Amino acid sequence: MSTYFATPLAYIFLAIFLSSIGLFTWDISGFFEAGKADLDAFFSWHPWLYIFFMPALAMRLWSDEKLLGTIELLNSLPVSLSGLVTGKLLAAWTVAGAGLVMTLPWWIMVNYLGDTDNGVIAVSYLMSWLMAGAFLGIGSTVSALTSSSAIAFVLSVGASFLITAAGWPILSVNIDSVFGPALSEIVSQFSFMTHFSPAQRGVVELRNIIFFLSFIGLSIAATRLLIEYRRRVPK
Amino acid sequence: MGPGRPGSRLKTGQIIGCALVKARDTGKNRPNSKVMAMLVVEKLTKSFSKKQAVASVSFQIGKGEVIGFLGQNGAGKSTTLRMICGAIEPDAGDARISGYSILEHRRQAQRLIGYLPEGAPLYPDMRVAEFLDFMADCHQLRGPARRSALERVINDTRLASALGQTISTLSKGFKRRVGLAGALLHDPPALILDEPLDGLDPIQRSAVKNLISTMAPDKAVLISTHNLDDIPAMCSRTVLIDHGRIIADETPEQFAARSAGSLETAFAALVSETASATY
Repeated sequence: MSTYFATPLAYIFLAIFLSSIGLFTWDISGFFEAGKADLDAFFSWHPWLYIFFMPALAMRLWSDEKLLGTIELLNSLPVSLSGLVTGKLLAAWTVAGAGLVMTLPWWIMVNYLGDTDNGVIAVSYLMSWLMAGAFLGIGSTVSALTSSSAIAFVLSVGASFLITAAGWPILSVNIDSVFGPALSEIVSQFSFMTHFSPAQRGVVELRNIIFFLSFIGLSIAATRLLIEYRRRVPK
Repeated sequence: MGPGRPGSRLKTGQIIGCALVKARDTGKNRPNSKVMAMLVVEKLTKSFSKKQAVASVSFQIGKGEVIGFLGQNGAGKSTTLRMICGAIEPDAGDARISGYSILEHRRQAQRLIGYLPEGAPLYPDMRVAEFLDFMADCHQLRGPARRSALERVINDTRLASALGQTISTLSKGFKRRVGLAGALLHDPPALILDEPLDGLDPIQRSAVKNLISTMAPDKAVLISTHNLDDIPAMCSRTVLIDHGRIIADETPEQFAARSAGSLETAFAALVSETASATY
């Protein structure tokens, strides 16, 4: 994690993330015009912004190891590969969490502006952080596929978009009309939107927490498998 | 302290299956039992996309031996070293360090190895001190043992002046020394060094050669090098690999005696013999 903050990367990420989420919340969503003291507009943008920001955090996790040749050094050390994969993901997740923590003053602000449901906001923060971890899981797995961080970023954005949009009403209606409601329902169950939306109503569903944690666990397992495969079948 | 405990100074009687071999032996006293050698390489084989890079390579290294691993570019030296250290998995064969198989007991074996990869890959954004701390964490060095290990390698590799510097700003020679320090940190009984002198100036080369010679009596050392001039000064044996196969395994004197005392001529002759036999 110290490597993130040893370079301008973390600072630039946090600055642009906060600027973007602020722009979308206060300006584009018309927060003040809406006249409601809540953070619905703020949280509604999280899945769409995470599509780009989380891959940016995760793209170098393993691609740089391959590019620098340090993957060879890591593979020769008596350390647990699962520990390495988990540790790297946790480091990126912590930076993402730092970004969310830096928006806490906005929570205080809406409380000052009016009566607000703090339970809804607290739940939304929790689920947003879990969702960020799931997006980072995608980025970590994709980054293990290539030595190019640029390719890792593009592929991660694509995969993140598909998984987010799977629960999009426009998409599910189209799947419904072509393949039937059963498939539409199955596809939407894999969407991050489907599992994040209840939190914005203040509903904490255990299955949604399990979904995100399981997704993160699967990503760690997939990343580990990819790295182990490359150790057995190097290019 | 027993074998495999990071940071421990290994004594003769505590090493499993270790042979007492005098440095710069004539080859007559080479370990002739697989059980006695500290590092045993058995029929290591590796192919990349149907091209065989290493074909059934076998040799042994006893305690106190420094082996010069020679070969042309693309001969299979680095691939062999990577398999010995567990950085890549062999298609066939095995390597054992003090009896621990790199296939069956990978982590235990890796604790006994200090590996300097080709090119000394490092993390450019880290400072030298941070990198050494990272390596100490990987080898689970803690407390006084960690402090004394760090102090030892910093002194041995003369890195005191560069500890606060970011690795990306270091010269090639300094980076090599940082990588070497990382390999020596846990005082392993086996050292696998891929081109350790590459990029070093003459003074640094001399210092590293002296360091290796000082440590050699307690360790099994395998050095990959292109520079034949380094062999007589450092190595008690030379192993020559060509097109993935071992074509010579003898002392530098025996090697040079093949061609009127010249290592270069002997090397060229052996390699061209192999090329003729192949084509």
